[in-house]
Amino acid sequence: MDPLSWTGGLGAFLNPALAITAALCGIVLVVQTGLRMGSAAVTLQSNPDGTLQGRGGVLGALDTALIYLVWALVALLLAYVTVPLVMPYGSAGILGEITRRLLPVWIALVATFALSIRFKRRLGLYGKLFDSTVGMIGLALVLFWVYVAVFVGIFDMIVTHDYLRQVSGLKNALPGVVAPDGTEGAIPHYLLGGDNLARDIFSRVMAGSVFVIAIAPLATIFAFMVGITLGLPAGYYGGKFDTALSFAANLILAFPVILLFYLLVTPEIVQTGIPSYMAAFLFAFPLIFIGVLVNTRYYTQPAKRNAIMLPVLGSLGWLYLSAINASGTVIDFLPAWADLFDISVLVVFVSVVFVNAPTVFRIVRGLTLDLRTRDYVAAAQTRGEGAWYIMLWEILPNARGPLIVDFCLRIGYTTILLGTLGFFGLGLSSESPDWGTTINEGRKLLLIYIHPALPPAMALLSLVLGLNLLADGLREESLKD
Amino acid sequence: MVSFILRRIGIMVLTALCLTFIVFWLTNLFPNLEKLAKTQGNFRMSDDAVLSYLGNNGYLQPLPVKYGQWLGVLPGYVIAGTDGQMRARCATGGQDIVDAARFCGILQGNWGYSTVFREDAGSIIATRLGLTGKLMFWVMLVMVPGALIIGVMAGMNEGSRTDRSLSTVSILSTATPEYVSGVVFISVFGTATFGMQWFKGTATAAMDDANFENFFLPVLTIALYGMGYIARMTRASMTEVMTAQYIRTARLKGVAFSQIVLRHALRNALIAPFTVIMLQFPFLLNGVVIVETLFNYKGFGWTLVQAASNNDIELLLGVSIVSVFVVLTTQLISDIGYVFLNPRIRIA
Repeated sequence: MDPLSWTGGLGAFLNPALAITAALCGIVLVVQTGLRMGSAAVTLQSNPDGTLQGRGGVLGALDTALIYLVWALVALLLAYVTVPLVMPYGSAGILGEITRRLLPVWIALVATFALSIRFKRRLGLYGKLFDSTVGMIGLALVLFWVYVAVFVGIFDMIVTHDYLRQVSGLKNALPGVVAPDGTEGAIPHYLLGGDNLARDIFSRVMAGSVFVIAIAPLATIFAFMVGITLGLPAGYYGGKFDTALSFAANLILAFPVILLFYLLVTPEIVQTGIPSYMAAFLFAFPLIFIGVLVNTRYYTQPAKRNAIMLPVLGSLGWLYLSAINASGTVIDFLPAWADLFDISVLVVFVSVVFVNAPTVFRIVRGLTLDLRTRDYVAAAQTRGEGAWYIMLWEILPNARGPLIVDFCLRIGYTTILLGTLGFFGLGLSSESPDWGTTINEGRKLLLIYIHPALPPAMALLSLVLGLNLLADGLREESLKD
Repeated sequence: MVSFILRRIGIMVLTALCLTFIVFWLTNLFPNLEKLAKTQGNFRMSDDAVLSYLGNNGYLQPLPVKYGQWLGVLPGYVIAGTDGQMRARCATGGQDIVDAARFCGILQGNWGYSTVFREDAGSIIATRLGLTGKLMFWVMLVMVPGALIIGVMAGMNEGSRTDRSLSTVSILSTATPEYVSGVVFISVFGTATFGMQWFKGTATAAMDDANFENFFLPVLTIALYGMGYIARMTRASMTEVMTAQYIRTARLKGVAFSQIVLRHALRNALIAPFTVIMLQFPFLLNGVVIVETLFNYKGFGWTLVQAASNNDIELLLGVSIVSVFVVLTTQLISDIGYVFLNPRIRIA
């Protein structure tokens, strides 16, 4: 068995083609920009007979050429992904094999996009996303990692080797190296090489996505629950309550994030039980939020309210108790059969929520201050609606636009924060495959071997970029109404 | 205006007190003290030895008392140790206890003693802050003009191809945290892999002798993350100004486009970015910590990591005071500057 090259037999044709197309694209862009400096901007010309004409001349020709070149570029890139699927193992190089491993993800992505574009007019804001190129690219990047996490975490596909297994001889091995006999996993190569402990980097990066995709959105939801539950009354009532909460929020925001992490996420602090108490405090907010939400909606029909409230609060309360309860910590009162699960990274989760909540609070408070002066709020007050009904069912739905956009951005920021924690080796075991820890492991030998640190860095970058583009697309589309 | 500034300074002092008290409380929790005792003594100390070490060095006094002593509003402790030796907080470096001052806290200018570097915390912070100041100066010099140019270029023709590509670039830069861009830059420009080994992958040499080769990558890494955000704010502000009535009037009376941008639009468009630039300082502080760790540049951020990971209480408190001071001062400056730049806002 030979080591794999980057593009294998595929590259013989595709690499030069790609290089030539990309170079042509660059040249056309430069020439076009240079020409445009001197001349006036020409867009559509209206002819006397009432028809419109595209721009002509050199600029127009270059414009058309550029469009074709970009499409050629896209087609070539697609070829890199699709052609290896029909080639025999090993002949399409590392890139080809990675593509083949990711086949379930491609199928899921294509299916999602096909269905969404087909029914986009019936899908509300989500459907409108497919009108914006930026939004679609962002969604594709995000969905790619979501599907990777699902297929790795639930179906155990994609990963090629056990991400914890150390194989002697593969320490810092270069990408495409052959694993010795008896250590092959699903395939006999380490696609992206081995890290400093001779573990398969490709499998570690893919497995790392599970951690991020599971923690980042959930932590952001919790931060939003806390921020909304406190920000609405702060903005609506104002006064002393608002002053005190705003002061506390500013206090947390004045801390440099890394100092806060270093103070909160240490084994010593875990020993004192502070993270458990913080979890007990912060995790209570979703419970309060949903309880108040249901109550304000149905308080005129007590029977219906009780019928909804009891099962919802009951199951949520059980989840809450088993989330904060963990054997061996300060909060340990539930019998073992009732404790559904333990969160192994509780301290990481709690500190990320704690850092994000004050910013959400400030945004919600600001929006509420603005919206409470609107006429529909005055109308609701005149009708005699309760304060919480107005906050949750009149103000909150009207603040959803900025909040949804911020939610996307904040998941990205949370991903960055989780990476920062891993980068400083805080709260996560050094075995953990998450991207921050892997970058931290890789950077120690960065000047000698670059291949262990680059893949997780690129993975993190693409996910955060996707979330940012998605937020941008959502903002654009929601402003169009 | 004066009363506004005074009130803001009052809030600042209150915030600083609260924050330092929180840091003090967290670092003085018993498991942390135990770790401190063991790193100072040895790792196989018995529980009794830990307790007597902590008692002898005044760590077992009640928290408010300790905080008061550190602040300098309560007299420093004088404790007869279990080993028969007298120790006083204010008698450092072999000074006689009788000669020592009664108060020696932060208010008296005594920053305390760093247990990691075995040196006066104040002088450590001063030297490290100087090094980070150098880094920040160059970061600002790269980041602010870069961000403003990108933002203005993108914002003066909303929806054009320049706008779209520059906006994508700024989104890309906000999506790249320092530990990703730093790793990428070192891989590409600091090693021979891609044949572009133009810069040094570490900045340790830059502490004494900073030059383009060893200082450019860390500066660029920090600047890039902040640049995108400022550029987007500038773009938003610029597009808003470009749709204003007086710009349309100027266009209609035939003023050249470049003149409109430079003479009419730019000044009004730069009010909002000023606030944003000032509020970027706290974020830059994070960047500094990451980049100094990554490039092994032993400045303020590096000191923070050292102090925090070794539970060096007094150094950590000093570091947090400085960072809180930076954060709150920049907030104050941004508020005051906003009023000065924007004549429509008046604070009574």
